[in-house]
Amino acid sequence: MIKIEKRSEAPNSIYFLTPVLAIFLTLITGALIFFILGFKPLEALKFFFITPISDLYGLSELLIKATPLCLIAIGLSFCFKSNNWNIGAEGQLTFGGIVGGGVALLFYNHEGFYVLPLIILAGAIGGMVFALIPAILKVYFNTNEILVSLMLVYVSKLLLDYLVVGPWSNPEGFNFPETRQFSDSARLPILFEGLRIHAGIFIALISVLLAWIVFYKTYLGFQIKVSGLSLKTAKYAGYKGKTMILLVFMVSGACAGLAGVGEITGPIGQLHRMISPDYGFTAIIVAFLGRLNPIGIVFASLIVALTYLGAETAQIFLQVPKYTGQVFQGMILFFLLASDFLIFFKIKFLGFKKYEY
Amino acid sequence: MYKNFIKYLIAVLFLFGFSINANAEFKVGFVYVGPTGDHGWTYQHDEGRKAVEAAGIKTTYVESVPEGADAERVIRQLAQSGHDLIFTTSFGYMDPTNKVAKDFPNVKFEHATGYKREHSNVSTYSARFYEGRTLLGHMAGKMTKTNVIGYIASFPIPEVIRGINAMTLAAQKVNPNIKTKIVWVFTWYDPGKESEAAQALIDQGADIIMQHTDSTAPVQVAEKAGVWSFGQASDMQRFAPKSILTSIIDDWAPYYVERSIAARDGTWKQQDTWHGLNEGMVAMAPYNSAMGSGLVNEVKQLQKDLASGKVHSFTGPIYDQKGNLLVAEGNVADDAMLAGMSVYVKGVEGDIPK
Repeated sequence: MIKIEKRSEAPNSIYFLTPVLAIFLTLITGALIFFILGFKPLEALKFFFITPISDLYGLSELLIKATPLCLIAIGLSFCFKSNNWNIGAEGQLTFGGIVGGGVALLFYNHEGFYVLPLIILAGAIGGMVFALIPAILKVYFNTNEILVSLMLVYVSKLLLDYLVVGPWSNPEGFNFPETRQFSDSARLPILFEGLRIHAGIFIALISVLLAWIVFYKTYLGFQIKVSGLSLKTAKYAGYKGKTMILLVFMVSGACAGLAGVGEITGPIGQLHRMISPDYGFTAIIVAFLGRLNPIGIVFASLIVALTYLGAETAQIFLQVPKYTGQVFQGMILFFLLASDFLIFFKIKFLGFKKYEY
Repeated sequence: MYKNFIKYLIAVLFLFGFSINANAEFKVGFVYVGPTGDHGWTYQHDEGRKAVEAAGIKTTYVESVPEGADAERVIRQLAQSGHDLIFTTSFGYMDPTNKVAKDFPNVKFEHATGYKREHSNVSTYSARFYEGRTLLGHMAGKMTKTNVIGYIASFPIPEVIRGINAMTLAAQKVNPNIKTKIVWVFTWYDPGKESEAAQALIDQGADIIMQHTDSTAPVQVAEKAGVWSFGQASDMQRFAPKSILTSIIDDWAPYYVERSIAARDGTWKQQDTWHGLNEGMVAMAPYNSAMGSGLVNEVKQLQKDLASGKVHSFTGPIYDQKGNLLVAEGNVADDAMLAGMSVYVKGVEGDIPK
């Protein structure tokens, strides 16, 4: 018989084992789905998860895709750890991109070492300011940050639409909804000739390192963690709750803004309407898959990035529908949440003894 | 020692990478901006792909590829995985297509609706959809009772403005009192926004709805409201059987088959193609008999004349909104003027978003 008992305390290892279990279950279910769709399961999984990264170009593409996801998820982990539900990273990314892109357009015919740092700074500030809106409303007017941050996504996207169609559109571009190409000194340097991997990856890595230091080596990190576990405890301990809410939103927004400028000064090189294929939303999955842990987020961003590349490769080689990529993302998150059951409960195998009533 | 290791690692990775790509069969790749089931733009491109497949050439497609940083990767991956000819079917793929073309001189690229051909292996192609709009204008001018024509527009690019102007000119010819009202939705595909726009136009008195967007939402709204409508990109008759007068059909199949065979046989050359009713890249769905046989015959004749070149959609005199002469009497607009069209003709209401 099997008996389910509530755990008083979960062993640490289970926090890292459940994501692995979730991925494993996803692979098995994925294989089953491929089989039902009429594909050879192992071949499909190979095209999905191995072929895309079997050459240097593929690895570089994986990192390009993972960079914004990782950066945003790191920022989000500050919010989520402290029980602040910032759902609007996509908007903060877009607004950061708008502000950074604006600076880039200002310097479109300038060359100089100062251009790129200015753009990056502008992008971070843009994202930060945009994230402060839901934070301030929450702190001083007690609004729900989930709704406000989510609705602001549409505001920033519509603003971007307006700018690239109207005042910022390329004067030589026949009214097509895009800006001029940025000048070379407004672009993140490419790391290897022939690949697209750019210096934005260092921004992401630095953010991972800083987040790790903050979470595990500073008092602030401890405060964030305590506030997340119990707001009342945090209050009794005398932590400045309001300041912290503002702070985590600022960090989160800055990271999303950096991801935005990383895209436009990296692989895209101009502003147009599609600067992000919903990285801000996907990063929420990444943050939770990575257990809000900086190192975990690095791995999670790589895995989720791979589901995008894999969906493309599988469609090219096997004509598997492209949306299987999203199915895989959904399954990973589903199995992760489901296996959280194991954190709170333990399963006891009692053998086949007769039950006594 | 360490350096050597990296070298070997790179060599091994490359060998592994190329081993899956070694494939001699002639293949054609397609990159779509939407899902193949959109019943509009992408659906029609996929119909074209199926025609290539039916001609005995192997094809591959990738759907719903965002026009941002992802496009370049998908195009490059198709080039790398042994595709010899690649059709990129959305304007936003213009720069990525040219970038990848530079690195794969032996692969041929065909970009739809763009204007950049930076390398000798890049062609561009588009259709003279405005010829279809002229036919819609004729029907709209005759069928409207309120003299208000509602037009859902996507982006203020020359192609869209050309369509608005061609329709308005043709409608004015048969009904000098018509007005064209426009709602800009700034999207190619968003059923929600498109139906709101259609409703807004109907509320403003439009009894004819047409759209330069890809979903079936506008015709469905028109059907419900009991006004006339036109399908876009594919034959949308079954979505609004009473309301639809006809649909402009983008028929890419003949072009795709011709270019694929040319590439396979080594006769492919760079070109800029702009085909219309004559070549069949623009086709018309069956006309709704509710128009009456007289009007149907009139439109069919006009269709023939547009195809043969006897009638041109932009025949002078044409004035812009302020009354400036654009094309003098007896002249027709040349392709350069059409390609860069950025002002409304007289009779269109409102301003082009700036």
